[in-house]
Amino acid sequence: MAKLIHLRINDTEYDVAVPPNETLVDMLRYRLGLTGTKKGCGLGDCGSCTVIMDGNAVNSCLVLAVQADGSQITTAEGLETDEGLHPVQKAFIEHGAVQCGFCTSGMIVSAKNLLDKNLNPTEAEIRTALSGNLCRCTGYQKIVEAVQSVGK
Amino acid sequence: MGDFDVINKGAPRVDAYAKATGRAIYVDDMKMPGMLYGAMLQSPLAHALIRNIDTSAAARLAGVKAVVTAKEAGTAKWGVSPARYDETVFCHDKVRHIGDNVAAVAAVDLETAMQALSLIKVDYEELPVLLTIEEAMAEGAPLIHEEYPRNITAEVHQEFGDVQAAFKQCDLIKTTSFVNKRQDGAFLEPQGCLAHYDHFGNLTLYSSTQSVHYVQRTVAMVLGMPIGRVRVVKPYVGAGFGPKAAANHLELAACLLSIRTAKPVKMNFEREQVFMHSRGRHQFFHKFTTGVKKDGTILALDHECYLNGGAYSSFGIATVYYAGSLLGGPYKLANMKYDGYRIYTNLPACGAQRGHGGVAARAGWEQQLDMIAEELGIDPVELRLKNMLIAGDVTCNDLNTSSFGMKECIEAVRDGSGWNTKKGKLPRGKGIGMACGFFVSGAGYPIYRSDTFHGTATVKLSEDGGSALVMSASCEIGQGSDTTFCMIAAEALGITLESVRIQSGDTDFGVDLGAYSSRQTLMTGHAVKEAAEDAKRQVLEVLSEKLNVPVQDMDIKKGAIVFKRGKPDISYLRTAYIKEHRGWTDNPGSENELSFREASRIAFLSRGTIVGTGKYKPPELGGKFKGAAVGTSPAYGCSAQVVELSVDEDTGKITVEKMTDAHDCGLAINRTSVEAQMQGSLSMGLGEALFEEVKFDKQGRLINADLGEYKIPSALDMPPVKAIIVESNEPAGPFGAKEVGEGAIMPTIPAILNAVYDAVGVRIFELPMTPERVYKAIREKKEKNKGN
Repeated sequence: MAKLIHLRINDTEYDVAVPPNETLVDMLRYRLGLTGTKKGCGLGDCGSCTVIMDGNAVNSCLVLAVQADGSQITTAEGLETDEGLHPVQKAFIEHGAVQCGFCTSGMIVSAKNLLDKNLNPTEAEIRTALSGNLCRCTGYQKIVEAVQSVGK
Repeated sequence: MGDFDVINKGAPRVDAYAKATGRAIYVDDMKMPGMLYGAMLQSPLAHALIRNIDTSAAARLAGVKAVVTAKEAGTAKWGVSPARYDETVFCHDKVRHIGDNVAAVAAVDLETAMQALSLIKVDYEELPVLLTIEEAMAEGAPLIHEEYPRNITAEVHQEFGDVQAAFKQCDLIKTTSFVNKRQDGAFLEPQGCLAHYDHFGNLTLYSSTQSVHYVQRTVAMVLGMPIGRVRVVKPYVGAGFGPKAAANHLELAACLLSIRTAKPVKMNFEREQVFMHSRGRHQFFHKFTTGVKKDGTILALDHECYLNGGAYSSFGIATVYYAGSLLGGPYKLANMKYDGYRIYTNLPACGAQRGHGGVAARAGWEQQLDMIAEELGIDPVELRLKNMLIAGDVTCNDLNTSSFGMKECIEAVRDGSGWNTKKGKLPRGKGIGMACGFFVSGAGYPIYRSDTFHGTATVKLSEDGGSALVMSASCEIGQGSDTTFCMIAAEALGITLESVRIQSGDTDFGVDLGAYSSRQTLMTGHAVKEAAEDAKRQVLEVLSEKLNVPVQDMDIKKGAIVFKRGKPDISYLRTAYIKEHRGWTDNPGSENELSFREASRIAFLSRGTIVGTGKYKPPELGGKFKGAAVGTSPAYGCSAQVVELSVDEDTGKITVEKMTDAHDCGLAINRTSVEAQMQGSLSMGLGEALFEEVKFDKQGRLINADLGEYKIPSALDMPPVKAIIVESNEPAGPFGAKEVGEGAIMPTIPAILNAVYDAVGVRIFELPMTPERVYKAIREKKEKNKGN
């Protein structure tokens, strides 16, 4: 039996009927078509599905959609504003921090969440904040450099 | 190096905007009207005869649209190398590993498909399970494939020079062995596909693949369709590293289900299935005996290797050859003997992964060279400088190094890491180690015997003038090839990078063997360059007719026509162009210059759409001996690396603190991407060195098939990496370019091994270097010292 939930995603209000066992990532991707959030493992290991939920970066594969009832969600698609790309997005592009791109959405969301809380993170703080987001392509070097460039 | 306008710089990737905003479409992001969801039934047993399959209950379930087994799929054999086609879409007589594919279902949603799977009844008769090489090769062991005695997929016996005679000249002969563990590709995007069979009888398959070409051929062959009716398209792909280079069962099952239902069918692997079906790095058991002179000159190598291949051959024949042939470089080695055996077992199959076949061999041998250097009292850097190949050298197994910046790489990491001030001078617990690498820049021959071009490309100029579209079946999988080809096309045409777009990864765009063996920059790059030059020639030919200026007296640079012998009157062409755009505010270019935009429009008005084509096929390469093809390449990359680390002697935990890597990639097309490939390679090498190991229980069941228990490096595990690009001018490469994507992984593991020895004085001969393994080695050494 579906349950009606209400939530705000990327500054848009949504009313969604979801089965109680549906995860947030599945609802975002398959029900709402917000495919910018990726699903790499479904177990909370890889971080590809990271979204910001009420101010915290979460693995959306470990959150049931019904748990997100009443919450505010920001996904990769929500970072661009009328002023253009978010500084973290720009930095990832300019520093070559994007390769296959599958971790990129979650990585950028985690980086934004870090910078929202800590404007000038150290390299160690950046690596810690991003340690839940796996990347197999970059060796993290250019990702860390990109986040550092925004922090400065 | 030449003077370039576009290439040889660091450029933002053409796909970075789509990927950074979440707009890039990967296969699981796609959906189609009426789309069904497929799922695979997989064997719970590692080795068993199939007595009966009953799908009737599954077929009756509401919402199920098709159930297929070998009865529907047929038993056409396929695989990677035609010499060892040993797979069918579904098992019909027996299952050979846990996860082997038995049936597939298409239903209105995934839940229904999964429920249907649970209703399929399979009667199995269990057979003895062979998990190790010893078990599989034992006298009287059952055969996993009837045709292969002693369960040997392939064996290699090669000797170049005379190893025994050379050993007699040696002052030191050293024997060591080395073993790695099965490594998973652990790309973040699980394989998935979407097959769509339309009412005209055309099949389109969207898939997360590294090679649309090989998948197209396999699908057509296995399903018995004309190849012209099969189109394979690669959307954005979340990396591959080798395992996505071959066709997989998911693709074949989805195509079959789509044909039978006349509906689009989507299928995905769960992460656990990625571990089961991605044919990643083999486990290699190496034994090396190396003979050297007192002065460090390497004279001979006797090398034996056994590979645990799993249940099917996949890329395994190439793997067992590469494991031997890639030790032909980067050192002068006149005598080399190699005996390799690739063995079938009841584990999921292994295949190709970054540094195909050569990574464990390189790790074990470079560690042995370090031991030899120590015994001879020679600095490891000096030992390597003494023995390295130089450009133009041909190895004993007929590999030709037409460019080879080995010396520059070694010196770059020596100086870049401060080796001379650190080696032998670090406090106990801190260590520094170095090693070198060597890799092909594209396999010299396709995986199937053929005279095919390895890559074709088309460059079409926009009819309105001013921009170019590159079309190619090459595969952007994250490495940056789309950007590389846009840069090459822009440089060759003489226009800006912003004026070039690319469509790639589609069999409709031509033939390209795909993203494996580090081949695309060199091979596809040649085809793109030729296509762009062809388009440019046509534009200049039209201008020549119109302006009465010989073609050779003109060029295109930075989007403008260059007249080498004085500018003719261009006013009549400009007027013609402006007339074409009446009502537009369209500045055709600066007053003094004839722009490419004008020129290409004029060319269109004269000849119709301007299309340039290009192609590439390597020349005939290599020797005449059996297996000579594997290891051949138009060019070779080389690399050197220094790793600094600390080892906690109380826990055995290794912390890698700094990595300095130098790689000769020929001319770097996109410097940012070259660095990124180096850094990513090092990360995969560090993972294999320190913690990656796919584990099985005694029934052959995967016990760590997730990214929590199978650990790959996180941002906290990777140290800062200093990536130094060494450039040579490769005569066989487009603009002098060659590989970087795989060769860069080669020195990582041995550099770590050698640094661990420098730190705590223990040699580790088995990967991964877990704290437990390192701690035990330290304790054994202490006890041995006490005993003395």
